[in-house]
Amino acid sequence: MTKSMTDVICPFCGTLCDDLEISLSDDGKKILDVYNACAIGAEKFLHSQAKDRITRPRLQQADGTWKEISYDEAAEYAAQMLSKAKKPIMYGWSSTNCEAQSVGHEIAEMVGACVDNTAAVCHGTTLIAVQDIGLPSCTLGEIKNRADRVIFWGCNPAHAHPRHMSRYSWVPRGFFTGKGHKSRKLVVVDPRVTDTAKLADIHLQIEQGRDYELLNALRVALNEEWLPDTVAGIPKEKIREVAEVLKSGRFGIIFFGMGVTQTLSKNHNIDEAIALTKHLNEFTKYSIMPMRGHYNVTGSGEVLAWQFGFPYSVDLTRGFARYNPGDTSTIDLLSRGEADAVFVIASDPGAHFPISCVRQISKLPSVCIDPHMTPTAGVCKLHVPVAFVGVETGGNAYRMDNVPIDMRKVVDAPEGMLTDEEFLTKIRDRVKKLKGAA
Amino acid sequence: MGKITLNLISGRSIQQGVAMEGGKEKPLYTKACGIIEMDSSDLKKLGIWKNSNVRVTSSYGNVVVKAIETTQGPHPGVGFIPMGPWANSVVNPNTYSTGMPTFKGTPVEVEPAMNEPIFDSVELVQKKCRGEI
Ligand code: SF4
Repeated sequence: MTKSMTDVICPFCGTLCDDLEISLSDDGKKILDVYNACAIGAEKFLHSQAKDRITRPRLQQADGTWKEISYDEAAEYAAQMLSKAKKPIMYGWSSTNCEAQSVGHEIAEMVGACVDNTAAVCHGTTLIAVQDIGLPSCTLGEIKNRADRVIFWGCNPAHAHPRHMSRYSWVPRGFFTGKGHKSRKLVVVDPRVTDTAKLADIHLQIEQGRDYELLNALRVALNEEWLPDTVAGIPKEKIREVAEVLKSGRFGIIFFGMGVTQTLSKNHNIDEAIALTKHLNEFTKYSIMPMRGHYNVTGSGEVLAWQFGFPYSVDLTRGFARYNPGDTSTIDLLSRGEADAVFVIASDPGAHFPISCVRQISKLPSVCIDPHMTPTAGVCKLHVPVAFVGVETGGNAYRMDNVPIDMRKVVDAPEGMLTDEEFLTKIRDRVKKLKGAA
Repeated sequence: MGKITLNLISGRSIQQGVAMEGGKEKPLYTKACGIIEMDSSDLKKLGIWKNSNVRVTSSYGNVVVKAIETTQGPHPGVGFIPMGPWANSVVNPNTYSTGMPTFKGTPVEVEPAMNEPIFDSVELVQKKCRGEI
């Protein structure tokens, strides 16, 4: 008889599914199979069992080979690097739990670091827009039970959040949405005919980068004012039709993703999307929600905000918290060559930053804390593998709608491996001594 | 065979997500992300077979990837490289004071590169950092 564990949380995307079932070997040490997860979530659990997993910290030698060291030596290395640096970057945090983030921030405060999470290359511009004009939002539960108009703007949940539509936003039968997807109208705005767009009642195949114009045109259509013949490649009749569809719902939700946050108009796109949401509230009830990527990027923003007052790009080098994206943000610090050490945890800038920034990381003293071998680990001086959060240790994470969920530990980490929180605590204690604060 | 100009976007794909969790140093990740998804009309214009290697060049860098026919089209004039180090070899790093690079909407030139190798993610980033490619 194999054992099974229910209500397991998936630590991959911001949907943070909490209904996984995992079958375990008799001794409870091995994951045999994963049920209810999407392909990505299942792979995350199964890959943690890989035979070739790296289980000890290692220093990269000049010839590119690795030398194994102990966790204590690794903590010493990281503590020395951070204490010596004048403007170290401590980046990542989105694939670990809030407990680890909190310990990390203690270190950042002691050494005077710039702390940033993956919102920097994801929904950072959203956070700027929210500070500009606010965010009328709700929870995914409300959407499941109430939403009869669902808009995916510049996001492709069929690929990026595979169970989002089936659990919350399109398929499920809720209290006021008893007919499932038949009770909803789905509008998708995307320059490609994505697998999400293929399911839509209306797909607006927008000219890439023209989101601001189209959002604005929809507001003009709501006011029934003059429109040019086409906006962003969409005929005006279509825009008026969509405005009518949006208006006629009882409860609508606009989900948006990288298609608007990463194009040229950046935060202004989101400003306009939020303004459209406000505008729609003159006719009926509307909410808007960013499709957060990493499973706990939302949590990192929360923890940073309650500890320092700002959700990302926090500069602590002067002994108090400053926040000015474009100045204190990681990409800009690297591009301007201002940072003198890089500490990466629970993310992979090596794969997901523009190459010019990665090159900059490779020139600096650097530490990468990640269970996997990644391009970041490949260019860092020290790689510290740790236990998988959400698989080998629990802890708290925030879903994309800001609902905190406690994750579950499913199996033990390989003998002798530390968690993010344990390793960070070692560094913190060492930094305290080096800084003479103990 | 010549060159064509495309508007490049990058983003997630489910294959990218699965391959990433399976290990970024593994061949599956290269297969999932070391590609450019192109419209069939653009493949024709370029005069290449699908699944052949191409070099993608922008003002910010260049990279060799495999040209495949898009499954999420038609999108003539638009190229899609899944997020990852291949896309990031050519994207526009300018943040225009927002903190966010301009990952979507980079003008690129695409040309055939039949016999040039596609590096795996770790190798690609290491070679780029050492200035070898
Ligand atoms: S949708 Fe996201 S949270 Fe849910 S199983 Fe898939 S990867 Fe995990």
